[in-house]
Amino acid sequence: MYVAVKGGERAIDNAHAWLAEERRGDTEVAELSIAQIREQLALAVNRVMAEGSLYDPDLAALAIKQARGDLIEAVFLIRAYRTTLPRFGASHPVDTGAMSCDRRISATFKDLPGGQVLGPTFDYTHRLLDFALAAEGLDVPEAEGGAPSDTQMPHVTGFLAREDLIQPEPEGADTPRDLTREPLDFPADRPLRLQALTRGDEGFILSMAYSTQRGYGRNHPFVGELRIGTVTVEMDIPELGFAIEIGEVVLTECETVNQFTGSKTEPPQFTRGYGLVFGQTERKAISMALVDRALRWEELGEDNVGAPAQDAEFVLYHADNVQATGFLEHIKLPHYVDFQSELELIRRIRAEAMAGQAQEAAE
Amino acid sequence: MSNSTMEGIPQAAARPETEARRARLSTLAKAPAGRLLALWSGWLGGREMPAHDVLRPPEIGTVMVRGRAGATGAPFNLGEMTVTRATVRLAAGAVGHGHVQGRDKDAARVAALIDALCEGGEADALETAILAPLRAEAEAGKRSRLAKAAATKVEFFTMVRGENG
Repeated sequence: MYVAVKGGERAIDNAHAWLAEERRGDTEVAELSIAQIREQLALAVNRVMAEGSLYDPDLAALAIKQARGDLIEAVFLIRAYRTTLPRFGASHPVDTGAMSCDRRISATFKDLPGGQVLGPTFDYTHRLLDFALAAEGLDVPEAEGGAPSDTQMPHVTGFLAREDLIQPEPEGADTPRDLTREPLDFPADRPLRLQALTRGDEGFILSMAYSTQRGYGRNHPFVGELRIGTVTVEMDIPELGFAIEIGEVVLTECETVNQFTGSKTEPPQFTRGYGLVFGQTERKAISMALVDRALRWEELGEDNVGAPAQDAEFVLYHADNVQATGFLEHIKLPHYVDFQSELELIRRIRAEAMAGQAQEAAE
Repeated sequence: MSNSTMEGIPQAAARPETEARRARLSTLAKAPAGRLLALWSGWLGGREMPAHDVLRPPEIGTVMVRGRAGATGAPFNLGEMTVTRATVRLAAGAVGHGHVQGRDKDAARVAALIDALCEGGEADALETAILAPLRAEAEAGKRSRLAKAAATKVEFFTMVRGENG
């Protein structure tokens, strides 16, 4: 129960003024610009876009600045802003096969058309702090360029599909369910699950994925392919009567190839998990693919071994960090009346119990 | 693949003028706002903005971006992106629609003006002054990233071990 209490206005105003001052920090230190955050903290920006479910690097950078680097708070700001905007429509599904790839690797085929392209990765770095970065003003030499090949980069799963060695992807409804327009409801079909996973908290999705690797609903994944790059987004424009390319987005896509021995309903073949996330967000995309695969036990006729990652309600109801934060943090708000009634109750019960004990002792 | 089943508007057999407009609007939508405005003011060269009515003032909104499960399967909602759109009509009657990625209202209005001017017969001049440079810059940016990516491509070599090598 909440009761409106007046009297906190001055304290709140002063708290906000102090917050603004603390956000700015030491004024002897130069203020961060939105462009600096966008360009130099790009992976934080990507995470806020993915979990905020809104692709706009400048807005995400602004949210990070406003939130003093608290990324969940920044995601909250983006979600709140998004609700103020009209939606013009939905795009055609993006064609990730036509992605202009910065990075594309496969853990299943060494020699594949288009090759293994590492891109700007942390892999193979030694994870030693680089104190050279602490010295400002150092010029960064431009990275070496090679001769870009015009070879297409076909999806690895396409090779397996040609031999029927991997389960085909069924068609779905042209208009998928949308959890920004209707409350999450169960059973949740795969398109709805994928939407919830791609905007879910990276830490939560990572831990769920990790739990499957450690044996809680194990499904033996290989990273068939991981690709990061730019795709164009096309949308029908009703007043024109045709589709135009409305923009470009950077995406990370992970396709896992999973061992599968067959079931009552399916022949032995590989199965798939799928991750697709805004921005360069590799850990999240791999995690999403593992959790997607774990959640597919029912449609693939597998046993439910009771693993947390197989439980769609558990995973999807707890993946959203804005919802989780809202409910978790509301308990710090005033509950004076609630608590007052609890206090009355415990005093009364306690008094009765003490009186009973005293009477027993007297007898 | 099932990409041929586009929902919504049936994809008309593209007439050349439709294709030209589609290409133009796509270039404008993807252009960095700063570059678009700079090229536009270069094209104006100090002249006044062409006289026009604003049929739809610049409006910021979103487009839900969709993907497909497993890249080829059922469509799903990936998340939204910001888009700004505007519609103008020139004094001579040509109507232009502008859509740009992001939240720049000036860029959306300029995109609509460029579209209207092209519809009104100035397509060749605007192609040279604005659209061709935007396309060239976008292509150069893309080639530069692809070149850097190519330099990180792994060239495997095999080490022969054992006696039967």
